[in-house]
Amino acid sequence: MAGNVDALYIFLLIVTGLVTLLIFVCLLFFAARFRHRPGVEAEQIEGSTPLELTWSIIPMGVFIVIFLWGAVVYFQERTPPRDATEVYVVAKQWMWKLEHAEGQREINELHVPVGRDVKMIMTSQDAIHSFYVPAFRIKQDVLPGRYTVAWFRATKPGTYHLFCAEYCGTLHSGMIGSVVVMEPAQYEAWMNGGSTGPLSATGEKVFAELGCGTCHRSDETGRGPNLQGLFGKTVQLEDGRTVTADENYIRESILDPGAKIVKGFKPVMPTFQGIISEEQLNALVAYVKSLSAAKPGNAVAAGSTPPPAKASPQGSQVQ
Amino acid sequence: MSMASASIQMVERENYLNKHYGVGSWLFTTDHKRIALLYLISITFFFFIGGFFALLIRLELLTPAGDLVQADTYNKLFTMHGMVMIFFFLIPSIPAVLGNFLVPMMIGAKDLAFPRINLLSWYLYIIGGVMMLHCMLTGGVDTGWTFYVPFSTAFSNTKVVEAGLAIFVTGFSSILTGLNFVVTIHRMRAPGMTWSRLPLFIWAHYATSIIQLLGTPVIAITIVLVAAERALHLGIFDPKLGGDPLLFQHLFWFYSHPAVYIMILPAMGVESEIIACYSRKRIFGYSFVAFSSIAIAVFGFLVWAHHMFVAGISVYSALVFSLLSYLVAIPSAVKVFNWTATMYKGSIHYDAPMLYAFGFIGLFTMGGLTGLFLAALGIDVHVTDTYFVIAHFHYIMVGGAVMGYLGGMHFWWPKISGRLYPEGWAKLAALIVFIGFNLTFFPQFILGYVGMPRRYYQYPPEFQVLNVLSTAGATILGVGYLLPMVYFLWSMRYGKPAPDNPWNAAGLEWRTASPPPTFNFDEEPVVTWEAYNYDELKSMPVNEEAPVDR
Amino acid sequence: MTDSPVVAVHGEVENPALLHHFAEPQQQRDAASLGMWVFLGTEIMFFGGLFCAYLIYRRWYFGDWGAASKTLDVTLGATNTAVLICSSLTVVLAVWAAKTARRKLLIGSLLLTLVLGFVFLGIKGIEYKEKFENHHVPGPSFQFNNVKIPGHPDQYANPSHAEIYFALYFIMTGLHALHMIIGIGIFIWLTTKAWEGRFTPDYNTPVEIGGLYWHFVDIIWIYLFPLLYLIDRHP
Repeated sequence: MAGNVDALYIFLLIVTGLVTLLIFVCLLFFAARFRHRPGVEAEQIEGSTPLELTWSIIPMGVFIVIFLWGAVVYFQERTPPRDATEVYVVAKQWMWKLEHAEGQREINELHVPVGRDVKMIMTSQDAIHSFYVPAFRIKQDVLPGRYTVAWFRATKPGTYHLFCAEYCGTLHSGMIGSVVVMEPAQYEAWMNGGSTGPLSATGEKVFAELGCGTCHRSDETGRGPNLQGLFGKTVQLEDGRTVTADENYIRESILDPGAKIVKGFKPVMPTFQGIISEEQLNALVAYVKSLSAAKPGNAVAAGSTPPPAKASPQGSQVQ
Repeated sequence: MSMASASIQMVERENYLNKHYGVGSWLFTTDHKRIALLYLISITFFFFIGGFFALLIRLELLTPAGDLVQADTYNKLFTMHGMVMIFFFLIPSIPAVLGNFLVPMMIGAKDLAFPRINLLSWYLYIIGGVMMLHCMLTGGVDTGWTFYVPFSTAFSNTKVVEAGLAIFVTGFSSILTGLNFVVTIHRMRAPGMTWSRLPLFIWAHYATSIIQLLGTPVIAITIVLVAAERALHLGIFDPKLGGDPLLFQHLFWFYSHPAVYIMILPAMGVESEIIACYSRKRIFGYSFVAFSSIAIAVFGFLVWAHHMFVAGISVYSALVFSLLSYLVAIPSAVKVFNWTATMYKGSIHYDAPMLYAFGFIGLFTMGGLTGLFLAALGIDVHVTDTYFVIAHFHYIMVGGAVMGYLGGMHFWWPKISGRLYPEGWAKLAALIVFIGFNLTFFPQFILGYVGMPRRYYQYPPEFQVLNVLSTAGATILGVGYLLPMVYFLWSMRYGKPAPDNPWNAAGLEWRTASPPPTFNFDEEPVVTWEAYNYDELKSMPVNEEAPVDR
Repeated sequence: MTDSPVVAVHGEVENPALLHHFAEPQQQRDAASLGMWVFLGTEIMFFGGLFCAYLIYRRWYFGDWGAASKTLDVTLGATNTAVLICSSLTVVLAVWAAKTARRKLLIGSLLLTLVLGFVFLGIKGIEYKEKFENHHVPGPSFQFNNVKIPGHPDQYANPSHAEIYFALYFIMTGLHALHMIIGIGIFIWLTTKAWEGRFTPDYNTPVEIGGLYWHFVDIIWIYLFPLLYLIDRHP
């Protein structure tokens, strides 16, 4: 995909290079040819509407081409493939904390296998950061309070710079790491060398520790919606809106439950703002996603909406 | 009004400079020309402060390690370089100096519509400037000139509120200048000076003023919100309290994008005047150039989120803003083509102002074309927040706006000071600036594409060579900027006295003395000719400062 | 200095109020008027940023904002609205009086405008005091617990979201009040000058443009009142 970016870049270099050349040649040529000579006067030319139209319309045509090409590349950049391996990223001043869905944790380094689609689900603990890997031509701001997503597929083994690209304070330029792309066999070996189990298992523990199961039961009798198969579905809200149950929705439901009440349920869920860390949040999100494991790689915020599911279960009227 | 004894060469005619003496006559003046000079001194002062910060930045970047200054210091350096250069130099520069001086004269008026508000405008600038200086001397600010939240509201330990308020105050200076120009251009034109006879300098300043009026209040309120949030720990932008950091970015860029057009449009106006004069021709496509200024002002308000393509906006938003950004490039391109076409079948002279004008077209074209890269969504993802962007905007703001400013200062220097600048030195300075500039900023395009992020004071060693080239260029550029300061000052005492119209240029300002009398014209002009009437003016006289026919 | 008297197009003798850089009084009037309109345009942009933030958060947090809005006193707010509308009437009267050389009416209208302006600020002061006492001022002492969302008796408002409402409430009404104070200052000056007999049918521009400013401040309030006081009110 970096290749697509470079192709457009080269096209732009050529086009702008030619235009620059054209202007410079005209300037130099006119400067020389029409240099002031005694007795020779300038010719007063008012203008030429056809010329004006030509040099407005032709550039606009070229611009439309560039725009469309850029838009197509951008769309690819912002649409992660469905089956991408997920890595949760928490940026903080001034380091990158990464956690693979399989459970490995890394600081400032991301190991990935070559040829695999990798999707980063990212949030920040403090200021805005930006996840930038120049070699892959990807960059995405990482915001506090929500998830943003980026993805890539590495095509060559090697070690590549990871930079923070949004100024975030004292050690902004120290928030550097690397993406280590390995051959599949090497990656397997690395993966097995110590992990705490998949992130979703951690999430299941957090789910139990925080007592979520008291209300979110796996049948329709709970005070809270059933989370089985929820991820990726369309949810009907009490105020009439419908939303897609993506990572941001899960996250918001935990931190600000009153924001979106599911139809048929009462607003009784307490908030976990301040009680739960970003890592725990990520783990819970991974766990909820695993409950929809029948549909792997569900749609993410930036991508398409899944087909509308049946209406969310009518909660039993408690009391 | 000239004194009766004007025929005696030794007696200097009464003009706006010698009419009254004393500090009070300057600090309480309402003469737009004196106010222009007050601004000239102030913005030059801030230019050198901003330039000094730039020098320190470039020195630090000579080596990959952060070894000249500490990280926090470096962060303050680039922040204050940006704030000072943008708010205290670039935005006022041409409008407050050349615009103040020339707008009334070009339209045949005695002064701006509101002379006292003009003086107030300068005082507001000074108050803001003093506040900024105080902020810098007592700790500074390290948020970047863009002061993004939540870093600026919740994490920075520096004087964010104070810096913000300094900019707030200076913003009113900008608003009042714009107000003055709009009303002046509408209501104070001399008899016969119709809209279609206005110099393109006036059209450019009119468009600039529209932007100043409509845009600046938005950053003012943004600063108020940031200050309130920071001081009172509010949650307007803080996600933990339900706020949205992206709201800040939208509000900020809604002004800050049109702001870049405030910085370049006046220079484009200067460009038109210089090219017409030194080609001895009317600008090709006058109406198109005039309306392109208005188009830039209007479209400039519609593209702000192209600074936010990777910020987390939706794909669809990004598409809209990308397309609109290409639209706004068209009027600028139209201007470049028209200036070039003006030289066709002209009679071209190569004095220093024209050299600056050549430099402007070349560098503005390059900078503008790199804007096409940035507007392309797919490319922007890679190069935004890198040195590519830094190179892009410096090409336009320094290669464009500052060259335009210097060109204009040279062009109108005889009118302003009554003296000729030394032509040889001026040509040399133009050349040094051009070379130094390209050496400084061209490597930065490459640096950006290979991945060096901006606002970094340490970097991987493979980026060093390009950084060294850039710093070398910066030292050359610095010399280029010092030269005009020296020889302009020198010329005020030792320069040859200038005739009323040393370049035989078109425009009402050239039909009065150099320097002009306080009320500009001995008699109110009545205009019966079109702008750029070089068919009547014909050839340029021999430049007394450069007697060799050029 | 060109001291020869300026004879304007219609043969009027020089008006002592004519400033030197204008050719004739009409030009000076037009410039002043255009200047004030342009300035008011900038004020619209200034408040505009706040309205933008308001619109976004109102949409997101409608329930919480409804709860917060309900704590404002509609009676006082409506009274203030009526006060300002009346003051705009007195301003219109003042301008007409100036143009038709009715000195008593002019001074009376200006004074009445001032009185109404002070009444507005007084009522605003009462409202602010109440907010302060109820810990609704954003900042460290802000409290907004256990307030129900209108129409949703089982749901409590999120205090953080309510705090955003109050932040915008204070900033918007505070800025408006600041503009009122400036307006009062302008009208005190106008009243003084009117007393001195400065304004005539030939020269009354300051009254006119001062009036424009006052009308603008009034219009801003007419937007603020429903937006801030009437979110989700039910009879």
